Amino acid sequence: MYATTYHRPSSVEEAARLLSGEAKILAGGQTLLPAMKLHLAGPSDLVDIRRIGALKGIKADRSAVTIGAATTHFEVASSPDIRKAIPALATLAGWIGDPAVRHVGTIGGSIANNDPAADYPAGLLGLGATVVTNQREIAADDFFTGLFSTALEDGEIITAVRFPVPKRAGYEKLRHPASRFALVGVMVAETAGGVRVAVTGSGSDGVFRATELEAALAKSFTASALAGITIATDRLMSDIHGDAAYRANAIRVIAQRAVGSAK
Amino acid sequence: MAEVKLTVNGKRVTRHVPDETLLVEFLREELRLTGTHVGCDTSQCGACTVHVDGMAVKSCTMLAASASGSEVTTIEGLANGGLHPMQKAFNDNHGLQCGFCTPGMIMTAVDMVRRYKASGERLDEEAIRHELEGNICRCTGYHNIVKSIQQAAGEM
Repeated sequence: MYATTYHRPSSVEEAARLLSGEAKILAGGQTLLPAMKLHLAGPSDLVDIRRIGALKGIKADRSAVTIGAATTHFEVASSPDIRKAIPALATLAGWIGDPAVRHVGTIGGSIANNDPAADYPAGLLGLGATVVTNQREIAADDFFTGLFSTALEDGEIITAVRFPVPKRAGYEKLRHPASRFALVGVMVAETAGGVRVAVTGSGSDGVFRATELEAALAKSFTASALAGITIATDRLMSDIHGDAAYRANAIRVIAQRAVGSAK
Repeated sequence: MAEVKLTVNGKRVTRHVPDETLLVEFLREELRLTGTHVGCDTSQCGACTVHVDGMAVKSCTMLAASASGSEVTTIEGLANGGLHPMQKAFNDNHGLQCGFCTPGMIMTAVDMVRRYKASGERLDEEAIRHELEGNICRCTGYHNIVKSIQQAAGEM
């Protein structure tokens, strides 16, 4: 690891002041620290936001669930409020990494990194969430802009994510047998604004909405409604784990399972 | 340099270390608590698992500076007089072969039993195998490790 300077601000404002030049935010660090060990990242400064009280916690009411950016995957997975309001979101958080990673990794860190195989991007996009920062609010549809890239500006800090409570939603994933990352992860949701289907693990440009599946589910929110649908392969990645045609088929199958488990 | 203040196995320690020092390096090299192992150093194998404020974490994927202020328990701090029930169970069931992964296995196992007891969920064999997702044993298999955890779960 290259040398770095560690900071532990006590507020979001103080954290924002520390973010200049090659400084990076350290949240759970479950991706950033491994990247630093590999010399894929070499921030001059690390601004640790994990203990800022304003970034932690879960608030739920009838219409929305709001999760502080520094809330861990374990806290989301085990939250009675989230299990009741959006069980698919608790399921998704409980399938990230392994127990030790879930105790430290955070929702804000996951979405700011926007790994193409991460689970949360599909959760936000599929549920039509809103990303709240120290400067503005960004709809999930505008937030994820490509592999490892987001709409965040320099110095902008995610403070929370707000999920509207859907009528029902389901999340399923096809795990790579060794790494357990999503080869395909699909969030399906019947929301006030219509049916949404988001796919992670497969897009050559990161997470995306599967409009073919959304159109079919809008007519009938059933697994059988997806039986004859073909997914276009032009936006899917091909790698040693599976080619685009394999992923296209898997997306349909996993989406069917997600519809089946939706509640 | 970062000032790191921890309570490790009940004892308060303060050290000044480079800011990028990992918690596992701090434990092994500053405190000479070498029971916590470095296996893969890529957060996959779980040999470095310790408890930070009561929760299992991979100490190769946390900065010592970031842990500062926390209570840390390592494998050395688990026994209280006699062996911890989980340590005894691993002994009784031969839940190890070379033993390299064992400290991490045991710290993960203690964490999982505590969590399941707190939530009231049933920790059956399938759940144990799922919970061991982040701990890798390359010697033999997981049968005796699972048996050990089942035994200790009944005693903790």
